[in-house]
Amino acid sequence: MTAVIELEDLSVRLGTKQVLDSLRASLKGRAIGLLGPNGAGKSTLINTLLGFYPPASGSAKIFGKDIRTHTKELRHVIGFMPESDSFIAEMSGVGFVRYMAELSGLPANEALERAHEAFYYVGLGEARYRKVGTFSLGMKQMVKLAQAIVHGPKLLFLDEPTNGLDPPARLRMIALIKEIRDTQGIHIILSSHLLRDVEECCEEALILKDGRIAAYCNLEEERRSNKKFVELETVGSKESFTQAVEQLGCECAWLSGGRAKMVLPENISMRDLYTIAAKNQVQIRKMNYRRDSLEDIFLRAMEGQLQPQNKAVQNGHL
Amino acid sequence: MAIYKRLYRPYVGRYTGNRFRFLVITKSALRTLFDSRPLLAFFVACNVPFTIFLMIIYINNSAAAQALLQMKNAPIVIDNFFFLRYLIFQSTLSFLLTAWVGPGLVSIDLSNDALPLYLARPLTRTEYLLGKFGVIFLMTSVITWVPGLMLLGLESSLAPIGWFERYYWLFGSMLVGSLLWIGVIGLLSLTLSAWVKWRIVATGAMLGIFFALAGFGEALNGVLRTHWGYLLNLGFDISLAWFDLFRMAPHTGLDNPLFELPPWAGWLTLGLLSAFCLLMLNKKLKAREVVR
Repeated sequence: MTAVIELEDLSVRLGTKQVLDSLRASLKGRAIGLLGPNGAGKSTLINTLLGFYPPASGSAKIFGKDIRTHTKELRHVIGFMPESDSFIAEMSGVGFVRYMAELSGLPANEALERAHEAFYYVGLGEARYRKVGTFSLGMKQMVKLAQAIVHGPKLLFLDEPTNGLDPPARLRMIALIKEIRDTQGIHIILSSHLLRDVEECCEEALILKDGRIAAYCNLEEERRSNKKFVELETVGSKESFTQAVEQLGCECAWLSGGRAKMVLPENISMRDLYTIAAKNQVQIRKMNYRRDSLEDIFLRAMEGQLQPQNKAVQNGHL
Repeated sequence: MAIYKRLYRPYVGRYTGNRFRFLVITKSALRTLFDSRPLLAFFVACNVPFTIFLMIIYINNSAAAQALLQMKNAPIVIDNFFFLRYLIFQSTLSFLLTAWVGPGLVSIDLSNDALPLYLARPLTRTEYLLGKFGVIFLMTSVITWVPGLMLLGLESSLAPIGWFERYYWLFGSMLVGSLLWIGVIGLLSLTLSAWVKWRIVATGAMLGIFFALAGFGEALNGVLRTHWGYLLNLGFDISLAWFDLFRMAPHTGLDNPLFELPPWAGWLTLGLLSAFCLLMLNKKLKAREVVR
């Protein structure tokens, strides 16, 4: 399968500053999250992939096509929802989205039809004749999404799509992104500093820090591999208990205060843990079933505890 | 798919050709501009001189019309100077029209940060600029070279035999002279529109460049006792080029400082101004600005 995005030692220099430094990645998921703190290079990466910034060295490919040599061809299949407020305030909502559709190459009639559809799709059908400048922040976000999808792109770049949205509007946006993601033939690149957004919508996450890849995370695999990740709070002798669970194939790490983290193999259930604890006269006071969240991965990446290259080899992606 | 089915669906229809996609920008801008009634009225009024020149040509070549108006002979001589005067009239109007329309063309996108949306689509910066320039080109063409060529065609068909053989080159002069003017003022207005976000200020700057620089040039002439200061006057520069194109010579009987400077000076100044405008546009029209 052709990678959606392939970065080969991609470096970008803006002025005198090295913003992206030798990025190497091959991303194939339907929804790919770009994570990182402010200034990590997420937006620069998107802008480079869109052809706004020229790479200083290395190359980037989208669907196997070099962004420098196939710029126009690629832009036909790309939709872009920028982070900043980008629209033409004096135009009506539907007029603006129709205009963008026509610029993407749709004939005038089809563009108008799709603009109406897109407006209804994002939930602004009743407001489509109002001027974009009069829309609230949340509505503007939806207009930006409408213009990004109106021409039916195969790759959708979403730069901080939930910025400025209240909780219901955020949920609506996330639901829309998921729905678009699940449509056949479309891939999404979601840049966000909100881990929850990425976790909810994406299959893969690329964590950037200071213009470098700090970590790559296949969220789908993480979800599967950490299905039985539990945290316990116990009272009693932990030695025998540890020995017993380790004999069953559990990985166990003890923290202070009788707290333990365990990874259980597939054949061990929670009930088994209680049985072993009872046999070894250990009381389980608290049990949390949790997986290694993206937050944990992100924080470890920020602290430099993750080795992206090793992880990459392991995942066969980077 | 009906709009009540609120589902996302990919687009599977046909696409328009790439080559003239930029005309979408022109079309949209023209639609917005002509929503303004004052502009529409001014645009129509810009063709009044054309009607007057048309009547002059007709009367000049029609014995019946002259008799009706109790004229003994053709009232004026229709030659290269006649058409140059027409071009000067219309170009003044086209300048005012461009000063009205041009400054809002790019600034509207820059102030709304809409450039990334254009350039994320299959559209280059050059095409974006062509689309915007197309607005000025179409509007000013309708009041300059298009009616100009029509007048020349009318005169050629009505005038006595020999007029066309003598003045056939005026067709080229009219076309090139108009396009040169349209190109220069178009680029100038787009540059100001790109660099000055407020439309009123950009319009003011455009008029300022035209008049203030002319005044500065006059002052320069007075202080340095030279004629080269006239080159700072955009109107003078284009007139130099037009005089060259319309083969106006000192023996025409005009007492004009235009004959004090060589025509190439006008061409060169206009060329340099256009190159400067393109440079400035190239610097400004970017999807993302790099803050150094």
